[in-house]
Amino acid sequence: MSVRAALRAYPQFLRTGFASAVAYRAEFLIWMFSTNMPLVMLAIWAAAARSGPVGGYSQTGFAAYYLCALLVRLMTGAWIVWELTMEIRQGVFSMRLLRPIHPLWQWSAENLAAIPMRGVVALPVVVILLWLARSELSHNWFDWLLVCPALLGAWLLYFLVQAIIGTLALRFESASSLFEAWLGFMNILSGYLVPIDLFPRAVRVLAAALPFRFQLSYPVELMLGRWTHFEALELLAAQWAYVLVFFVVTRVAWRSGMRHYAAYGG
Amino acid sequence: MKTLRVVSAMMRASVALGDAPLRGVRRMKTLRVVSAMMRASVALALQYRLEFVVEGALAVLWMAVALIPLMVVFGNRGSVAGWTYPEMLVVLGWFVALKGVLEGTLSPSLMAVVEHVRKGTLDFVLLKPADAQLLVSLSKIEPWRVVDLAGALAIFLYAFRHIGHAPTMAQLLLAAALLVAAVLVLYSIAILVVSIAFVAVRVDNLLYLFQSVFDVARWPSSVFRGLLAVVFTYVLPLALMTTYPALALLGKLNARTAIAALLGSILFASVARLIWLSSIRRYTSASS
Repeated sequence: MSVRAALRAYPQFLRTGFASAVAYRAEFLIWMFSTNMPLVMLAIWAAAARSGPVGGYSQTGFAAYYLCALLVRLMTGAWIVWELTMEIRQGVFSMRLLRPIHPLWQWSAENLAAIPMRGVVALPVVVILLWLARSELSHNWFDWLLVCPALLGAWLLYFLVQAIIGTLALRFESASSLFEAWLGFMNILSGYLVPIDLFPRAVRVLAAALPFRFQLSYPVELMLGRWTHFEALELLAAQWAYVLVFFVVTRVAWRSGMRHYAAYGG
Repeated sequence: MKTLRVVSAMMRASVALGDAPLRGVRRMKTLRVVSAMMRASVALALQYRLEFVVEGALAVLWMAVALIPLMVVFGNRGSVAGWTYPEMLVVLGWFVALKGVLEGTLSPSLMAVVEHVRKGTLDFVLLKPADAQLLVSLSKIEPWRVVDLAGALAIFLYAFRHIGHAPTMAQLLLAAALLVAAVLVLYSIAILVVSIAFVAVRVDNLLYLFQSVFDVARWPSSVFRGLLAVVFTYVLPLALMTTYPALALLGKLNARTAIAALLGSILFASVARLIWLSSIRRYTSASS
């Protein structure tokens, strides 16, 4: 019942979300421009690779890696953890609950609807990438076919983690700090700051098992053509298995959070 | 007890503001206002003990996040852009310290100004008998960022143990002078950003943008080449903030650059001050 209602309302949510992204375009652009970490990291690695390739990466190789990383990061943004924690603290959250549709549907639509605008910002990155490092990109159409579900999976992971941690704000106050800790680990273990294959073996093994890599390094490696068809499919399955797990955790966290929830400000 | 301490610090802050015209000694007054305001905002922040611990732990985590890429880079290379690992750590130390200053005092305080402008409550600040720039600059402090300063110190100690000799007294003094210059420039940039708040209201994210551009300062300026090197040295003087103090500590900064940096930062701060004053003059409150 509620799923059907949500599906009917979803196109309108998307339109509203897109309109608000367009309405606040200046703010939106500034937020996007502040995603510059891959470029900062590219600077040091490019300097290190001046005298020759580092661990299999030439200067162009690093440029390709970090531009792809920037692209993935730009295209898979989500921000509901801040909205959730803020709304819960201010009591506005209760209004959301009154609506006949699950709040996460609406938030997911808002976050998804920003993707066309994000694409506009990401376009120059794509142009620079093609201009600077075309030779490093995958020449295999199969990889590019998989990039779409991989990006969707990466976005879902990011969104669901935020939903889980945001829901924890129903129980205790420092939920946004917890998310910041997650971000810290993600920076290191997702390949955002340093390509995972440049880490020592122990870290590589750890990173391979944890979900962080599926948020960033897996789509990036697809774009760079690192995997055989079979490996790529295997990793996609693993990514979506994590999505499923996170989805179930979100539901459990939401339900138990709801039982605890006593609105602030009555 | 805690509440009492907070109340007394806040009262001292307002007394320091109020009784000054009677004494008429301006510099003394400024110092007293500064110290009272800092005590008040520290006391306010210390009320939230759990937050103190959590935020302190997060600061340590982010310090590790800043260190790890450097460790990996130098696991592969002996030197990068003319800098060895311990030398690069000195730069990172300055970066961590200044980031603590930026995110621990400047950003939160100036974020509050943006809020004041939007709500129209800046009028109350302007009415107070003390310099408004001073009042807004220290209005909110996050004392747990002291962890950053301690971390920077630890990084320096480690780096100089690897280098094998400590910096001389003269080098320390020069580095301290450059640190003052760096904080001055950082502060001036923040003031400039906030001055925009009087024209375009939503600048809290502009401040955020500056914070993320500041991430570039973790590398010495010789990492960049061509146009970027010029931009980060002269337009947005990030080199002055971390590279020069690091060079000073390492005893590699020549006198001319040091003097130019010090004079440049004073000039920069004066310009920022003038712009702040003129935008205050043009400010028409949101409520009237």
